[in-house]
Amino acid sequence: MSIFGFHYRMERKAIGLVLGIILVASIGGLVEIAPLFTIHQTVEAAPDMRLYTPLELAGRNIYIREGCYACHSQMIRTLRDEVDRYGPYSLAVESKYDHPMLWGSKRTGPDLARIGEKYSDQWHVAHLLNPRDVVPASVMPAYNWLLTTELRTEDLPLHLKAQRAVGVPYTDDMIANASRDAFGQANPDSPQASGVTERYGKATTLRVFDGRPGQLTEMDAMVAYLQILGRLTDAAHKPVAQAGAKP
Amino acid sequence: MAWAVFGLAVGDWVAWQLVNPNLTFGSSWSSFGRIRPVHTTAVIFGFGGNGLIATSFYVLQRTSRARLAGQLSPWFVLLGYNLFCVLAVTGYMMGITQSKEYAETEWYADIWLVVVWVVYFLIYLRTLARRKEPHIYVANWYYMAFVLVVAMLHIVNNLAVPVSLGHAKSYTLYSGVQDAMIQWWYGHNAVAFFLTAGFLGMMYYFLPVRAGRPIFSYRMSIISFWGITFFYMWAGSHHLHYTALPHWVQTLGMTFSLMLLIPSWASAGNALLTLNGAWDKVRDDATLRFMMVAAVFYGLTTFEGSFMAIRVVNSLSHYTVWTVGHVHAGALGWVAMITFGSIYAIVPWVWKRKDMYSARLVEAHFWLALAGTLIYVFAMWNSGIIQGLMWRTYSESGTLTYSFVDSLIAMHPYYVARAIGGLLFLIGGCIGAYNIWMTIKLPNPIAETTADLPEKAIAGVSAQPAE
Repeated sequence: MSIFGFHYRMERKAIGLVLGIILVASIGGLVEIAPLFTIHQTVEAAPDMRLYTPLELAGRNIYIREGCYACHSQMIRTLRDEVDRYGPYSLAVESKYDHPMLWGSKRTGPDLARIGEKYSDQWHVAHLLNPRDVVPASVMPAYNWLLTTELRTEDLPLHLKAQRAVGVPYTDDMIANASRDAFGQANPDSPQASGVTERYGKATTLRVFDGRPGQLTEMDAMVAYLQILGRLTDAAHKPVAQAGAKP
Repeated sequence: MAWAVFGLAVGDWVAWQLVNPNLTFGSSWSSFGRIRPVHTTAVIFGFGGNGLIATSFYVLQRTSRARLAGQLSPWFVLLGYNLFCVLAVTGYMMGITQSKEYAETEWYADIWLVVVWVVYFLIYLRTLARRKEPHIYVANWYYMAFVLVVAMLHIVNNLAVPVSLGHAKSYTLYSGVQDAMIQWWYGHNAVAFFLTAGFLGMMYYFLPVRAGRPIFSYRMSIISFWGITFFYMWAGSHHLHYTALPHWVQTLGMTFSLMLLIPSWASAGNALLTLNGAWDKVRDDATLRFMMVAAVFYGLTTFEGSFMAIRVVNSLSHYTVWTVGHVHAGALGWVAMITFGSIYAIVPWVWKRKDMYSARLVEAHFWLALAGTLIYVFAMWNSGIIQGLMWRTYSESGTLTYSFVDSLIAMHPYYVARAIGGLLFLIGGCIGAYNIWMTIKLPNPIAETTADLPEKAIAGVSAQPAE
């Protein structure tokens, strides 16, 4: 048969094999990935979508550092039981500014896509210090060092800058005040709190997340991040037509 | 020189296995989030990668009848690659991670890996250029696909902007839905080209040589090779069923995952049919039995994989430990078994020993590995399905019956069973390491072996022209 005859000749040439492999292997990826960047319906429009504040971004980085994504997904699928259990299914736009996304692949623990403001700050602090204090059957590790470790804020402007380089629209003002805003968000009574809502919007939560005013710990960042999950935009709570088809 | 490179690689593989108690990570819940990538990286890249590099150098020289190109570059690949593994693993323990599963290493280690990989590929091409056989043997196609496609996946998935040159942290170029698709395009094809193509190369050389039979069908190997190379690249999106990924991409992923069954079973079938006429050897020789069982698990796992990629099945299995079971059926049953078989075949040849130090220990390792894998996989199948069903069970009044914690409590006995299965597998691995060490230390090396001969016959037969 000619096709095998052709192959019989081709396998004598290393370069032929190399080019063949590259060509054949590229097609699938190109067809599935390239259109995601060009088709506009891929990501819904959500005018009210807001950015992570520096404190929430720092919390997100702790979430990544500790590997929380290995056991907790952040992607509610379009299935009845998931919507009943966790809330409205996740939209693409909700992770539009997530570099990287944290959709996850395994639920050793529950999904966290809409955990924000379901529990109090105190609950989260207690749970992170020792999960079995609030959920006796939990198998989650304790993260008690979060409360004793001071949050590094001096390099937050660099983090925001890198985020802007990959497409998140942080302004110069936000970058310049990143360290200040991180402290201010967790200490609403301090002078640093003044500019936070102007820069990040009225919906921003300013609270003493770790229950210890005057200091900024990793616990502040972590709880601030957990409390914003699912609350960057209201798009998922609106009827589909309104959320999806808006220009 | 080349022997020495090879020897070191095997020694290193053994070391990796000994330092890696994570084969039984079921009970190491403390700091799970950081240890989990250590486990996956150590077994996939430490154990799997070193096994692949070692056997690929060996098979390349054998089937080309040529020495490796370069004096220093093979050493560079070996040491550089292991430096990458060490950088990766230590980084995770310090919390340095990109959080992309199976690609957690940060930008500095990623760049280093690219350098090493380019050198690896150049060695491959240059050695092929000086081959004395006109045809490139099937095993080498697979090794080449492994080298090339892994490079492609690695570079695309890891494009990122570091916070600064002094920071380990970086932010990936992609976000949200595009990032998810690229990550699973990478993730699934890391399975395809790291854990499948490379190890198929291993199988296509060591199984026929050990059995003393030519590959059953040359055409089947062509079909399965190009089928795998083409179909696999489409299948990644089946990791994202029912998510915010556009529906058409999910459907494409599902369709190609099903089609993937054809080349996968062609490979598994080809391997098993090759054993026809040599089944007595399978009975007597645990090394060959390792390879045979690996081919069977390969067939089973690829079937299960295609099945789980179907959208409705995935709605139950996704996010549960069923997926974990599937992965370990492949990783323990296929990848590790074929590697153990190949290592047991190769160690006596490389150190010019007549045989392994103890055939009984190989036998013991085989049964421990098989029992461990079966216990592990059955525990995960059961618990995964239970977990999935509990999550979706409704009571008569139309509310969810079980809380998440209920399903967690139900998992407990299975987690224990899994840890025991993993422990058996680990004990087997330790026995294997001891056996290899003792083989190398055997006092009187035999002057010359005939390791050259069978492979020539194989290469000759399998490269027969199609009539």
